[in-house]
Amino acid sequence: MADESLSASVVGGSGFTGGELLRLIDAHSGLEIQQATSRSYDGKSVGSVHPNLRGTDLRFSDPEDLESVDVLFTATPHGVSMEQVDTFREVADTVVDLSADFRLDSEAQYDEWYDGHSRPELLDEAEYALPEINRENLAGADLIASGGCNATATILGLYPLFEHGVLSGSEQVVVDVKVGSSEGGAGGGEASSHPERSGVVRPYAPKGHRHEAEIEQFLGTSVSFTCHAVDMTRGASATCHVFPDGPVSKGDLWGAYRETYEDEPFMRMAAGGSGVYRYPEPKAVAGTNYGEVGFELDPSNKRVVVFSAIDNMMKGSAGQAVHAANVALGFEETAGLEFQGLHPVGAP
Amino acid sequence: MAECVECGADVALHDDLEVGEIIDCTTCGAELEVTDTNPPVLQKAPELEEDWGE
Repeated sequence: MADESLSASVVGGSGFTGGELLRLIDAHSGLEIQQATSRSYDGKSVGSVHPNLRGTDLRFSDPEDLESVDVLFTATPHGVSMEQVDTFREVADTVVDLSADFRLDSEAQYDEWYDGHSRPELLDEAEYALPEINRENLAGADLIASGGCNATATILGLYPLFEHGVLSGSEQVVVDVKVGSSEGGAGGGEASSHPERSGVVRPYAPKGHRHEAEIEQFLGTSVSFTCHAVDMTRGASATCHVFPDGPVSKGDLWGAYRETYEDEPFMRMAAGGSGVYRYPEPKAVAGTNYGEVGFELDPSNKRVVVFSAIDNMMKGSAGQAVHAANVALGFEETAGLEFQGLHPVGAP
Repeated sequence: MAECVECGADVALHDDLEVGEIIDCTTCGAELEVTDTNPPVLQKAPELEEDWGE
């Protein structure tokens, strides 16, 4: 375990996930913030952009003035990190990238799902950040790719079914994800303005969402995937409809989910139990690194419906990145991520 | 300790358990009724159904 504080910087510190990284590093016993870069806000205090961080002395610096650091978190738009990765790795021993640039295994996948890749030789080196499915490869990793939020929600929900043979990969899997507005980033656009965005249940990616590539890579099967933009700020809630070939009991499902997640520090199960929140709920994990998964059996049409809820900026991005860094650097896995959320709370 | 009849997880029980008592499983949240104490036996407690589509 790392026994002294390591320095950490955030590239792209003025964005939403950049702000979350700064919040998490501030609370982390083993990390000390060194720089937060922002071309637009160079010289401004971090609190002027992220009001929850008012009172900290840190000011944004120009990305051209990046200093040497132990850990560098890069919260840049897709395509930037692959162009600047040499600079990032020159200044930092460990780079954790929150974009899609190093999530996939092959250049061919980037050709199919993105706009190609300029540094495909590094894809073998990069490790996917989600510890629940890749912990064994994260220890000591120095190039880490934080997963996509919608992919993370979907993978966490379905992974136990593939791990325990409930699904083999030949079955049809239908995934419907409801997402909050922060997925669009701080930049926004016409569709993100409040009058247009508030109150919607808007199918924004009926098919062909890029996160399908990650899901397929880690579950070994393609999925029928649709995303809806709904009236939340934070949160991704995946509902997955699967149709196993053989008979499945609730005991089988509980066995699969418990064996997969019972010892995971950030996974909770909610599948019909008691109380008001009987299934995974984005409100219950807002602001936290927790993921909730649950399911229900529908014998009448041989369906299992799986639910998964995360905070897209935490478990689906910044929280996952810090969790992976903790594993890679030998910190306690929960360092900086102990916050358990709020209840009651309004729209997250 | 007893086993949850819903998810199979171990459920920690307190010492002065009483028949008829309702406890909830900390793993799956199921409400469980204590039907015997020596040894402890848990059964799934009946739950109030809700259907907002009616």
